[in-house]
Amino acid sequence: MKPFEYVRPSTLQEAIDLVVSNPKAQFIAGGTNLIDLMKHGIAAPEKLVDINHLPLKKIEKRDGFLRIGALVLNSEVASHKRVLDKHPLLVQALHAGASGQLRNMATVGGNLLQRTRCPYFYDRAFPCNKRVPGSGCGALGGINRMHAIFGVPVKPNPRSCIAVHPSDLSVALSALEATVWVLGPRGERQIPMADFHRLPNNRPEQDTTLSNGELITAVEIPDAVFPKHVHYLKVRDRASYAFALVSVAAALDIDQNRIKTARLAMGGVAHKPWRLFEAEKMLTGQVASETVFRQAAEVAMQGARAFEHNAYKLSVAPNVIVQALKIAAGLS
Amino acid sequence: MANTQLPPADPEPSLNRVDGRLKVTGAATYSAEYPIDNLAHAVLITSTIAKGRITTINAKPAEAAPGVLAVISHRNTPGVPAYPPVKQPAERAPVGTAFRVFYDELIYFSGQPVALVVAQTLEQAQQAASLVEIDYQTETHQTDFVANRSKAAIAANVQRNKTSPFQDYDRGDPDAMPSAEVKMEATYTIPTQHHQPLEPHAIIAVWEADDKLTVYDKNQGVKSAQGNLAQAFKLPRENVKVNAQFIGGAFGSGIRVWPHTVAAVLAAKQVRRPVKLVLGRELMFTSVGYRPFTEQKIAMGATKTGILTAIRHEGIGQTSAYEEHLERTILATRAMYACLNVSTRYRLLNLDVNTPTWMRGPGDATGMFALESALDELAFALQLDPLELRLRNHADADPERNLPWSAKSLKECYRMGSEQFGWKNRKPEPRSMQVDGMLVGYGMASSLYGFHRHPSKAKAMMQADGSVVVQSATMDIGPGTGTAMTQIAARILGVSPQKVRFDLGDSSLPDAPGQNGSATIPSVGSAVHDACKALKNKLLILGASMPGSILSSAWPDEIVIRNGRIYPTAESRSSVSYTDILKYHKLPQVEMTEESKSGPERDQYSMYSFGCHFVEVQVSPVTGEVRVKRVVTCADVGKIINYKTARSQSIGGVVGGIGMALMEESVMDHRYGRYVTSDFASYHIPVHADIPQIEVFFVDQPDVHVNPIGAKGLGEIAIVGVAAAVANAVFHATGKRVRELPITVDKLV
Repeated sequence: MKPFEYVRPSTLQEAIDLVVSNPKAQFIAGGTNLIDLMKHGIAAPEKLVDINHLPLKKIEKRDGFLRIGALVLNSEVASHKRVLDKHPLLVQALHAGASGQLRNMATVGGNLLQRTRCPYFYDRAFPCNKRVPGSGCGALGGINRMHAIFGVPVKPNPRSCIAVHPSDLSVALSALEATVWVLGPRGERQIPMADFHRLPNNRPEQDTTLSNGELITAVEIPDAVFPKHVHYLKVRDRASYAFALVSVAAALDIDQNRIKTARLAMGGVAHKPWRLFEAEKMLTGQVASETVFRQAAEVAMQGARAFEHNAYKLSVAPNVIVQALKIAAGLS
Repeated sequence: MANTQLPPADPEPSLNRVDGRLKVTGAATYSAEYPIDNLAHAVLITSTIAKGRITTINAKPAEAAPGVLAVISHRNTPGVPAYPPVKQPAERAPVGTAFRVFYDELIYFSGQPVALVVAQTLEQAQQAASLVEIDYQTETHQTDFVANRSKAAIAANVQRNKTSPFQDYDRGDPDAMPSAEVKMEATYTIPTQHHQPLEPHAIIAVWEADDKLTVYDKNQGVKSAQGNLAQAFKLPRENVKVNAQFIGGAFGSGIRVWPHTVAAVLAAKQVRRPVKLVLGRELMFTSVGYRPFTEQKIAMGATKTGILTAIRHEGIGQTSAYEEHLERTILATRAMYACLNVSTRYRLLNLDVNTPTWMRGPGDATGMFALESALDELAFALQLDPLELRLRNHADADPERNLPWSAKSLKECYRMGSEQFGWKNRKPEPRSMQVDGMLVGYGMASSLYGFHRHPSKAKAMMQADGSVVVQSATMDIGPGTGTAMTQIAARILGVSPQKVRFDLGDSSLPDAPGQNGSATIPSVGSAVHDACKALKNKLLILGASMPGSILSSAWPDEIVIRNGRIYPTAESRSSVSYTDILKYHKLPQVEMTEESKSGPERDQYSMYSFGCHFVEVQVSPVTGEVRVKRVVTCADVGKIINYKTARSQSIGGVVGGIGMALMEESVMDHRYGRYVTSDFASYHIPVHADIPQIEVFFVDQPDVHVNPIGAKGLGEIAIVGVAAAVANAVFHATGKRVRELPITVDKLV
């Protein structure tokens, strides 16, 4: 690990100034991903700006929203009474991710900023456009069992990337249309979850739409219209502590069997949490049934493209969408 | 004999681990943890290409970095004394040459050690290692088993040795297969799998003098490591001391002395300081061997009533370009079932990878996956219950060697296992059982493992205070060796286990084999038995020679010893204690060393452990995910020394087998000849949530022909067959036969 300077600013503004003034400075919160990246020589910050003690640790009820501070631990969110009551989808997604030990260290803000687990990104002996822009995508012609099926290039180019975003929480936040609050050198702004993570678009080194020095301060979730008909279904290679092959966050507002609103997002299929807008539209106003869900899954899968080892996702994903919807609707 | 006056002969058949408290409180010292003065830290740099040569090493920036003591590579090391002089230009080592670390510029595999950075602190060494620039000239490499399959050949080693068991083998009638009433044929593949014990391999190398070496090294055999290092560094054996008292799992990865160990010893010599080297998780994939990628073709013929008439088993195993690693893959097939006509073939495929090694149940876990899967396929073709098929072909004597078994209670295992599991509730049709929308499958498989017993020595000492010390240079990589040996000693000497201390893991102790091949209890257990028996006899003679001794007229067969007190008969009220005897003779201690080994019984009996596994799985028809719900495992391994640790060992074997069946796979990107699964996030081993209730049953009858304690080994047989039982259960659940492990979602949807 490269030697680095470690600082503990006393205010948010000071933290932001420290990162803005040094392009090689980075914030550190739980460190569950960053420390790994530093050990592998993928991240090599000159300065670590520790924000763990800053006042971003509250879960607060606001008018029409639940506001979760960026430094609230994953395990704290998952055991918070209001979250349990009103946003069970979040709890399910959190429990589906990582391990108890990691959830006790990882923060909400950090969870959103996890980097991909693509093995080509992690091993510096391989090319990787996300790690070294322009070096090529190792996964494209290599081992791509875990990789993306949505938002992938029809014609690969030297800047392509087919890595997936690893977070489970982000998939649920995406389905719940959460808003990410950010403080930066130019003040505060809000980013809708759908716009927070990016598709590679020839700049895969950039995971999110954050600018340098911007710090996540909170995530706001609109008051629950989905306290009941939700489900997070994750398919993985073992029962726990494994990244999603495919996951689906489903949230339904159902009135007398008719779907008023549907929200669907997938994990393990794209460079970002993948909202299924078309399927949501299709479901709106329909009577909940397996047939309708099957049709929605078909719509959702349009545009999916597989590579050498991940074609199974094309078969599994629609099943998982249907199953998640069935469980959410109480049909299974 | 009933006698209420005496405490029971074996007060603690499930004695808790004697070192359990040390381990759970962190007080046990593992190889990397020895506090050594003036310790320097090393970081290994490994090749990023699979084949070629190093053209340049620019170590200057690293050498100038803070705290750096040396950057060692083939360029600047005087080398390992036993290596032959380097040829100019460098020549590729012929097959059969163990890898030589920092020897020349040639690269044989990706992950090969090419340089070692030694610094004052670990952090300095890590940082400096990132500054070393190495350029390579690449050559075309071959790492893809499937693409190179046609190059597989009989190992040179086997060609030279006409009595090798890996020679082509044919017994009976070659026409039996074509004329069989019912036939099956299939190909089974297991991928490369890694041991990945939680404790990484680590060494601290200390040169006590120019010709005197001490190492604290994670390995499975202090005596073989001592011999290897003495040979490599041209030292008298007794000048090398190897310590490996606690091992955090190994599963075979510590049987050999690997290049990193030699590299650390070399570095310590070069910097003239003790050097510590710990392998990072990713280096554990290329530094300490693995279970080789293996492809097997099995053909079976049977009568319509399910009597096997022919078996043909062909296996191809992967090995490196420089060494031939052979394992038992096809051998079990010759002995497992009563079939007159059996052929086996075994081939090796040399690839540009590091050499594989033995991994729990080596060869047999691989071979029995294929054989027991094939038998399940045959049972399905015959519309016969898989257990019934096995019973109909039970071998009452060894069909390969035409010898009686020393003992075999496989039928009892089948009976116990099937009853405990509820096998009779299995509906024969695949996909016929469901619960809560999940497909339910029942599968079973047999297991076997050969009996191994190696010459072993043990020293037993009775101290003046009545405590006992027993010593042997054996190992404990996790099964609880010290606990079992303590029990053997306590039972023979008639003392409480709390009075016994067993020393192991130190090369200065009496000679013993390494811990592998399930040989420790059979070998070292026998030596401990013999040494303690000799010690007891010596003490009884000393006791009888005391004036007016109650022992002077006692019959040896009638003497009873409890809690260190010797009673002439079980009815006696008076007794004499070991401490009395030593006190009278003014002896600080009495000791005996014995060597124990096999005799002519090896030629009179065929010796194996047998067992079976019953597995229930649930498979999601929606996602293709497989979860094991229940396992019943039974083994006949002779006398059980400690029921608790034996049970734990069986559970561990089943867990390993579940991993083998459902998740473990080291995936290589053959364009680079490099693994893409070099961490625990991508190389999956089971977590707690993957492991259901595992019930363990033992026959627990001594095998009187194998050794004085009647005990056979358990480590390997615990895993052998488990993967097949899982795969068979998955077939029963889904109707889909997966012949390529691991059985993952993508193979079931």
